[in-house]
Amino acid sequence: MIRTKDIFKSFDEKEVLKGITTEFYKGKTNLIIGRSGAGKTVLLKLLVGLLQPTSGEVWYDDTNFFSLNKKEVRAIRMQVGMLFQASALFDSMTVEENIRFPLDMFTNMTYKEKRKQVDSCLERVSLSGVNDSFPSEISGGMQKRVGIARAIVLNPRYLFCDEPNSGLDPKTSIVIDELILDITKEKNITTVINTHDMNSVMEIGENIILLYQGEIAWRGHRGEVLESDNEILQDFIFASPFLQRLRESALGK
Amino acid sequence: MFLKNILYHFGRYVMMLGTAISRPEKVSMYYKETMRQMNDIGIGSLFIVGLIAIFIGAVTAVQFSYQLDGTLVPVYYIGYVVRDMTIIELAPTFTCLVLAGKVGSNIASEIGGMRQKEHIDAMEIMGVNTAAYLIMPKVIAALVVIPMLVAVGAFISIIGGYLASVPTGVMADADYIKGLRSFFDPFNVTMMFIKAVVFAFILTTVSCYQGYHVRGGSIELGQASTNAVVFSDILILVADYLLAVILTS
Repeated sequence: MIRTKDIFKSFDEKEVLKGITTEFYKGKTNLIIGRSGAGKTVLLKLLVGLLQPTSGEVWYDDTNFFSLNKKEVRAIRMQVGMLFQASALFDSMTVEENIRFPLDMFTNMTYKEKRKQVDSCLERVSLSGVNDSFPSEISGGMQKRVGIARAIVLNPRYLFCDEPNSGLDPKTSIVIDELILDITKEKNITTVINTHDMNSVMEIGENIILLYQGEIAWRGHRGEVLESDNEILQDFIFASPFLQRLRESALGK
Repeated sequence: MFLKNILYHFGRYVMMLGTAISRPEKVSMYYKETMRQMNDIGIGSLFIVGLIAIFIGAVTAVQFSYQLDGTLVPVYYIGYVVRDMTIIELAPTFTCLVLAGKVGSNIASEIGGMRQKEHIDAMEIMGVNTAAYLIMPKVIAALVVIPMLVAVGAFISIIGGYLASVPTGVMADADYIKGLRSFFDPFNVTMMFIKAVVFAFILTTVSCYQGYHVRGGSIELGQASTNAVVFSDILILVADYLLAVILTS
């Protein structure tokens, strides 16, 4: 489990996060949602330590992340996998080399063992046989899946996904969402997803926080979204007249 | 404001080097990366270094023979001057100024591109010490390979001086050889290697600094690449003067 306690973050004079206190549960897909500029990416970067909070704490189970020294931070990070918005695959390396990179860097496995682990991860994301392709030779959806394979290759306890559906068509988005959900359940890990994809919210939102102007405006799960009377949530999820009519019809109004 | 800016960048540069000098997570990965960098910096720069060196030697020989014209200074001095000018000053300084343009801008663009494409963030989250993994192999490779390039450059320059003076009839083959063998001080070679090592350190670390801290988009990446060359060149020239004062006093 990951907990944040009263997180504040400012850039110069601009306050982006204003006292975020929340929990991200183990074995669940935890979603951070909100409009562009709401502070989602900043919160995610704070959770993984790419940014430092102005004040506040981030706890990985019983460990206060920002009280750790560099060596201890690296030890925690070896338990973390992250899928980036643009996949962040190393473009001069093949798919296999990308996935093998953490194994090469942190394990003493033999080449055969590493190859087996890479193949197993590729199979898990339904991408067997693309080992020798370069990232530029595969589609955006495949790149995301390679990113997931790389994120899970060291069997992390925490998985972070920054806008996993960004730039993907709705069908591929569903595939990625289902993959993240399945991996979370299979490995019983704490998954935190930063998204503004409505479909993700309704399909895999087991624990959702809605950020609005740097504060938590709503929290709940996918089953509560439809019936919630929170105006900010409804305005965000059912943004278009079409979706509003859909909601009204689902509620029998 | 200007001084504050210099102190800010100097402090950040020192901190980056402090982080970069640390125990590698996996020696074999660092070794592999160092070998790759040695190939890129060394083999990749051999042609341009050789080309420049041959002309440096040739121009030095031609211009010195022009200055000697009508004087009582023996003609074999051309060989002596080409040798010492090349070894003490021209080979290390010219080679490293050229490498600051070629290797320095390449390093700044490579690391800056990785920063912008979130590759560095991805490595950080995996637990990699990115300052060490991205900077240390480049610095080690440069410290090994650039002195070699400088030595090759000095040798080619001397050949360049020969080609510009002997076949053209400026002087006899024996005179040039005599000049090369006259008044030789082995410390000059030591001085050349000291300069090469210092300049190699400057050009790689300054370029790594510019790339590692790049922010924004393609315009900022271009600026970082330009800054890498400009600041490396300035610092190499300053270091050249200081080393000249220290090593010849």
